[in-house]
Order: sequence, then structure tokens, then C-alpha cells
Amino acid sequence: MELVEKVGTIQEEHLKSFEEKIERGDAIEPRDHMPESYRKHLMRQMSQHAHSEVIGMQPEGNWITRAPSLRAKQILLAKIQDEGGHGLYLYSAAETLGITRTEMIEQLHSGKAKYSNIFNYPALTWADIGAIGWLVDGAAIVNQVSLQRTSYGPYSRAMVRICKEESFHQRQGYEIMANMMKGTKDQQAMAQDAMNRWWWPSLMMFGPHDSESPHTGDAFKWKIKRASNDELRQKFIDKTVQQAEVIGLTIPDADLKWNEAKNCYDHGAINWEEFHRVIAGNGPCNKQRMAHHKKVHAEGAWVREAAEAYRLKKGQ
Amino acid sequence: MTEQQALYKYCLRLGDNALIQSYRLSEWCSNAPILEEDLALTNFALDMTGRAQALLSYAGKLDGNNKTDDDLAYKRGERDFYNLLITEQPNGGFAHTIARLLYTSTFEYFFYTELLHSADATLAAIAAKTIKEIKYHKAHATDWVLRLGDGTEESHYRMQQGIDSLWMFTGEMFETGEADALLRDKNIAVDLGAVKSKWQASIAAVLAEATLALPKDEYMQTGSLQGVHTEYLGHILTEMQYLQRAYPEAIW
Repeated sequence: MELVEKVGTIQEEHLKSFEEKIERGDAIEPRDHMPESYRKHLMRQMSQHAHSEVIGMQPEGNWITRAPSLRAKQILLAKIQDEGGHGLYLYSAAETLGITRTEMIEQLHSGKAKYSNIFNYPALTWADIGAIGWLVDGAAIVNQVSLQRTSYGPYSRAMVRICKEESFHQRQGYEIMANMMKGTKDQQAMAQDAMNRWWWPSLMMFGPHDSESPHTGDAFKWKIKRASNDELRQKFIDKTVQQAEVIGLTIPDADLKWNEAKNCYDHGAINWEEFHRVIAGNGPCNKQRMAHHKKVHAEGAWVREAAEAYRLKKGQ
Repeated sequence: MTEQQALYKYCLRLGDNALIQSYRLSEWCSNAPILEEDLALTNFALDMTGRAQALLSYAGKLDGNNKTDDDLAYKRGERDFYNLLITEQPNGGFAHTIARLLYTSTFEYFFYTELLHSADATLAAIAAKTIKEIKYHKAHATDWVLRLGDGTEESHYRMQQGIDSLWMFTGEMFETGEADALLRDKNIAVDLGAVKSKWQASIAAVLAEATLALPKDEYMQTGSLQGVHTEYLGHILTEMQYLQRAYPEAIW
């Protein structure tokens, strides 16, 4: 009984010290004590983030061989490599929480771990490469900038590094759209069509309205999440509308209008039925993305085994 | 054939080798056995696209018709491409791709080391930039051939298959045409005979260390110096050139 009490006291002290650190705004580092639910929350969020970077390589990779100029091909290749690099970096950061990359991939394949819903939409034309860079990476940056102040040190540092590259990606996407809008009628139509298809899914990337996703969760208390879904979505809309206007693209939202009193844009209703349907696995590409990842992973097993056998043989 | 025409063709051949192999390597995006390898192979594709751009830009200037690198990459037909047949072969499995990378990067390593001393300043400058990248490609391919050759029974078998099946495309690397002869006289082109002996010694050493058998010289495929390719190139160009062909007025 005495031992149980002692353990209980130590745990309370650990929790107190953890909460004090959070309160002061200090970063939590891998060797620091952290509540199990904090660790679990981060593991889920960081692995989801890593998987998103990797699965996102599929729709963009779909256009490398068809990139319309050598310059465009080089930029796209470099961008996709950045995304893969972010995936590696985030897998490593998540491993500091006590989970391996192999386990994270198993969780992705079993459906326990998710990836960003946006990559369940197809990249159909070259303009989609522009829209993904400009809108999807643009939305991701808004979220990631706020995560630079997240409380877990390795995650926060990963975000600082990743944000630098993501802002290049957004400019790359915007440049594609701007060039197409300066181009032929066909190109302009292609750009507007991509805008129409990617706008709403991009807004959905921020998740449900705050009213549907209360702030009371530990994520806010522990400073993992630093801004609400609606706050982040609003930031994205406000910066993007003007960018669209500059190059002559129309935002596909008849209800979008400037609200003088609030000093921001009001937007139309988001189709949450679509959001939930795609999350549940019934988007245009959910099955394709997962089937591809599983197939490639299975086909590569013999290579990983050979590398391991060679390492053991050579005592490396 | 004038010296300028010879140099034009020489640059096209080198540029096309880089362009077409870059295409094949880029197909590994999201398809490699581990994420690190996905990044490595597409990074090599990026290196090669850059090399293709430099060589095709130079070729465009030599041509005298104000052609850009993109004109030459995206608006030439199949019979006007001079890349080696080995570069256009399908990726096959991972071991197959690694076998090709060993053959080509070892060739390119010795080739571009020689080209550093070319009397043509532009080619020498391109060689100086590209040789740094090629050293990585060669080291990476060699590492994998050793791992797979001397890894498991299965990987040994697959690696040997890759080495054997691509062997018949390696003879072409050392073929010379009218342009080579003309440019050799001016100390612009590389002496492929010297490259060949170094290539053979290097490949034999790597395969021996990897416990793999050196294929026997049998019939070697040929044709690319005359722009005669395997059926695969047409499909590559169909895909690669699609946007430029479908929207000829567009600027991307």
C-alpha cells in the first residue's frame, strides 16, 4: 500500500512539473515526463502528418513524366522530394515518442492511422499540380505555421524547417496557375476547373467547425494545437481570395463576400456530407492510394530483407 | 558533316541519354522499396534532367534555328532521338533498375571524367558540374549491387537476372559514328576505346565482389546512333510530350 501511494505521489509530481512546463511555454523534449495521453495524441497526429506527406507524393508523382517543360519537371521533382523528406523527418520525430516507422506503416495499412483527406482527390490535369501547390500546400502552411509553436520540441522544430520549404511549394503552385491564366483559353479553362475542384476540399483540410469540435480537448490545454479550425480556415481564405483575384481566377463560392465589420471574408456552407463520406473511405481515390502503398511496400520486402541480411553478414 | 553539325549530334546524344534515363528513374516516385530509395532515385532523375537541360540548350544554340532545350525535348520525333537503348528500357524490378544504373553510371563516370578535358569549353564545364553528381549515382548503384548480390538467395537471383538481361545493351555505349571521329580529331569528343577498358574492369570488379557472374559477350543490340530505337521510346515520348503536342500554342 505504501509503495502504491509513493508511486502515486511521484506521478502527481511528474504531471505537475509537465503542466508547469506547458504553462511557462517550455518545449517538452523526448526524455521529459509526459502523460500517456499526451504521447498518444502526438503519436497519432505526427504519424498522420508523416503519412500525409508520403501519400501526397502519389497525386503529384502522377504528373512528373508529363510535366510540360524541363524547368517544370525539375521543380516538380524537387518539390516531391521535399515532401518525401518531410515524411522522413516526421517519421523520425515521431519515433522519439517510442514507435517505429515499421509500426506506423502497419497502422496506416490497417486503417488505424490516417493521412490527410485531401490526397483522396485525383490530380487530373497539369493545373491540378498548380492547385495542389497553391491551395493544398497553402492551407497546410497556415496550419503548420501555427504548429511551429506546438509544445512538443521535435514536432515544433520539424515544423519550423518544413514551413520554409512549404512556402516555396506554394509559390511554385501559384506560379503554375498564374502562367496558365496568362496563357491560352484552354489553359485558363484548365486552371479555373482545377480551382473549382480543389477549393472546397482545401477548406475541409482544416476540419469541422469549432462548434462541432469543442476547444475543451487536451490538445489545447497541452498546447499541441495552438489555433482553432475556424480561425485557421479564415486565415487561409483571407490570404487566398486576393491571390485568386490578382491572376483572374474565380473562387467557386457564390456566397463569398467581404465582411467589413469582421474585417474578413464570409464564405458559403461547406459540404460536410462530402467531408465525412471521404473520411469514411468513399472518396475518389481512397482505395487507390492505400492499395498502391500496400502493393509497393509488399513488393519491396525482398529488397529490405536483402539489405538487412547484407548488413548482418558484413557486421555493419 | 561540319564540326558544328557533329557537335550538335554529340550534344543531342548526351542530352538524350540524360533525359530518357531521367524519365525512367522518375517513374520510381512512390514506387521504391523504402522512402529513402524513392528520394534517391528521383534525386538522380533531377540531376539528369538538369544535365539534359544544359546539353540540349547548348545543342539548340549550335543548331542555328533558335531552338530551346524544351523544343528539342518536347518537339522532336522518335527517329531524331539518339539516346542509348539501355536508357529507354522499362524499369523492371528494383534489381533491374539498379543493374542499369550500375552500367550507365560507371560508363558516365569514366566518360565525363574524360570530357573534363574536352577542347570545347562548354562541354568541359557541363562535365565539371555533372561529374560530381555521377559519382553519387555510381556509388549508390555499386552499394546496391553489393547488397543485393550478396544479400539473400532471392536478391542474388534477381540481381543476376538484371545484370544478365541488360548486358546486350551495353555494347552500344562504346560505338562511334561520323561525329565522334570528326570531334576526336579536334580533341572535343571522348576516346570511347579508353572508356571501354576502364568500364569493363570496373564492372568486373563490382560483380566479383557482389558474388555475381560477369555475363558473356554475345549479340549486342545496336541502332540508337542512327535514331533506331526499341518500341519503348515511342511510348515515353507520347507521355512526355503530351502537353506540348496537345496545346502547341500554350506557354507553360
